[in-house]
Amino acid sequence: MTNNNRFWQITAQLIAIFVAAILVTILGSNLNRNLQQLGIQFGFDFLKQQASFDIGETPIAYKATDTYIRALSVGLVNSLRVAITGIFFTTIVGITAGIARLSDNWLVRHLSLIYVEIFRNTPLLLQLLFWYFAVFLSFPKADNKMSLWGFISFSQNGIETPWVNFSPEFSALLLGLIFYTGAFIAEVVRGGIQSVPKGQWEAARSLGLKPGLVMRLVVFPQALRVIIPPLTSQYLNLTKNSSLAIAIGYPDVYFVASTTFNQTGRAVEVMLLLMLTYLTLSLTISIIMNLLNRTVQIKER
Amino acid sequence: MRKSAFILAIAPLIFTVAACSGESGQTTNTANPPTSSSANQATRNRWDTIKSRGQLICGVSGEVPGFSFVGTDGKYSGIDVDICRGVAAALFDNPDAVEFRNLNAKERFTALQTGEVDILSRNTTWTLSRDTSVGLEFAPVVFYDGQAIMVRKNSNIKSLAELKNKAICVQTGTTTEQNLADQMRKRGIAYKPVVFEDVNITFATYAEGRCDGITADRSALVSRRSLLPKPEDNVILDEVISSEPLAPAVAKGDTKWGDIVKWVVYSLVKAEELGITSQNVDQFASSNDPDIKRFLGTEGNLGEGIGLTNDFAARIVKHVGNYAEVYDRNLGPKTKLNLARGQNQLWSKGGLLYSPPFR
Repeated sequence: MTNNNRFWQITAQLIAIFVAAILVTILGSNLNRNLQQLGIQFGFDFLKQQASFDIGETPIAYKATDTYIRALSVGLVNSLRVAITGIFFTTIVGITAGIARLSDNWLVRHLSLIYVEIFRNTPLLLQLLFWYFAVFLSFPKADNKMSLWGFISFSQNGIETPWVNFSPEFSALLLGLIFYTGAFIAEVVRGGIQSVPKGQWEAARSLGLKPGLVMRLVVFPQALRVIIPPLTSQYLNLTKNSSLAIAIGYPDVYFVASTTFNQTGRAVEVMLLLMLTYLTLSLTISIIMNLLNRTVQIKER
Repeated sequence: MRKSAFILAIAPLIFTVAACSGESGQTTNTANPPTSSSANQATRNRWDTIKSRGQLICGVSGEVPGFSFVGTDGKYSGIDVDICRGVAAALFDNPDAVEFRNLNAKERFTALQTGEVDILSRNTTWTLSRDTSVGLEFAPVVFYDGQAIMVRKNSNIKSLAELKNKAICVQTGTTTEQNLADQMRKRGIAYKPVVFEDVNITFATYAEGRCDGITADRSALVSRRSLLPKPEDNVILDEVISSEPLAPAVAKGDTKWGDIVKWVVYSLVKAEELGITSQNVDQFASSNDPDIKRFLGTEGNLGEGIGLTNDFAARIVKHVGNYAEVYDRNLGPKTKLNLARGQNQLWSKGGLLYSPPFR
C-alpha cells in the first residue's frame, strides 16, 4: 500500500516536470521565433551599453555616461532605501495603531479606527498622489522655505535638515507606504492581541501588573506568534508596492527598469530581471522573518 | 486512500499548468504575440487581417491637442488622428473605419510589436535604434519638430544655462529624456531631472511649481501649454535642443503593409503639391495632366501595385484633405495652437516636405 502510494506520487511528479518542461519549451521557442521575426535578439548584452539618461536621486555615484546596469543599481538602492525605512516606520505606526484600537480610552480607540479604515479602504495609488500633490507640492516655493526650530525646513524641494535632504518624491512615497501598510499591520496586531486568551490578561492583572506591563510582558509576546506570519506578508506588500514610485516620479528600480526597457526595446529581458529582483527581495524578507518567527514560537522542552 | 494520495500527488502538476498559462499571459503583455499563428498574421499579412476585420486599429496618444486628443464630444482629432483616417480612407473609402487606442509612451512599441495596433500614429520620433533594434518600420515624417524647454515667465530664466541646478520635469519613455541629458552634458550644466511616466502628471507637477522648467517637443509644449491653468504665464525658450522627426510606424517585416502607410503619407504631401484639396478633388478628375491622372488613379494602375484600388489617393484627399488642410485644421493659425508651418512646408516653399513621384 505505501509502496503503491509512493509509486503514484513519483509518477505524477515526473509527469508534472515533463509537462512543465514542454510548456516552457513551447513558450520559449514561440517567443524566440516571434522575436526573430521582428529582428530582435534575446540577450543581456545591452546592459553594458551607455544609459544616457539622468536620474534625479543618486545615492551611489551615477552619471548619464554610465551603463544600464549601473543605472539599474541606482534604482535598486533607491528601492531598498524606501523599503527598509518604510518597513521600520510602518512597524512602529502599525503596532501603535493596533494597540490603540484596543485602548480603554474612547478617543484614542476611535481615532485609530478612523485611521485604519480610511487608509485600508482607499487605493494606495490614490494615497500616493494625495501625499505628493496635496501635501508635499503644496509646501512653499524653494526660495520661501518654511522652517521649524531653525534646523528642519519644508519647501517644494522637499524636507531639508543639516544632515540629509528628502525629495518630495521620496517623502511622498515613504509616507504613503508607511501609513497604508501601517493600517494593515494595525489590524494584524489587533487580531494577534485578541487571540491571546482572556485568562492571560486576568492572570497577569491578578498578579498586580499595571496595564502597560500586562501588555508588554504577558500579552504581546504571546500575540507575536500570531502576528509575525501575516506581518511578513505586509512587509512583502510594502516592498512590492514601492514600485508604484513610478507614478510620482521617484526613481526606484522599477522606474529605471521601465526606462531601460523603453530605450532598448528589451521587454522580455528587463521583465525577467525585474522579476528576479523582486523575488530576491521578497525571499530575503521571508527568510529573515522566518528566523524571527522561530525565536518567538513556544518551545516545547 | 489511493485516490486521495493521487490527487495530492498531481496537485503540483495542476499548479504548474496554471502557473505556466499565467506566465504565457504575462509574456503576451510584454513582448510576444498571443499565439504563433496570429503572430504570423500580425507580422506578415497585416492588410489581410485588417481587411477581414473591416476596421483599422490605430495607436495614438490621445493626450496632445493638435496631434491626438479626445474632445468633449468624445471624438478624436489631431494630425496623428488624421493620418489614421487617411489610411482608413485609402483602405475602405471610409475615414471612420478606425478604432483608436490610447497608448502611453511606454506601451506604444510593445502594442505595435504584438499586433495590438496596426499602425502607431503617436508623435513618435524616428530614430536609428527604433528603426533597427526595436522592430519598427517608419513611414515618412509627418511633422518635423525639435525639443525645447518651457519655464514660468516670472522666473526670468532666458536660456538653458540659467537652468543650472534647477529641477526640470521630464516624461520618461521618450527621446526627450536622453536629449536633455545629452545637451546638459555637452554644456556642462548640472540639473535635477524629475521624471514621470504619465504626461498629465508631468505637466501637473510643473504647474504646481515643483520644477523650474519642463521639456518636451516644441509642438507638445505649445499644445500642453494650452491646457495649463494660466497658459500666458509660461514661455518656451528659443533654444531647440534636438531634431525630432515625428513619423507613423508599423511593425517590421511586413513590407506590403508598410508601403501602404508610406504612400498614404506621401499622398497628402503630393496632393498639396498638385493643388488638389478635399473641395476641388472632383473637378480634377477630368484633368488632362498625366501627373494628376496617375495620382487620382484615372490613368494607370499605381494603386493596384500596393494592393489598394487605383483611386486610393483620391479617396484620401476627398475624406481628409491634403497636408495643408490637415495641418491648418489641427495646428494652423485658426487653432488655439497657432503653430507656424516652418520646416513643415513643402520643399518648393522652403520646407522639408517632399514626395517621391507617383509613377
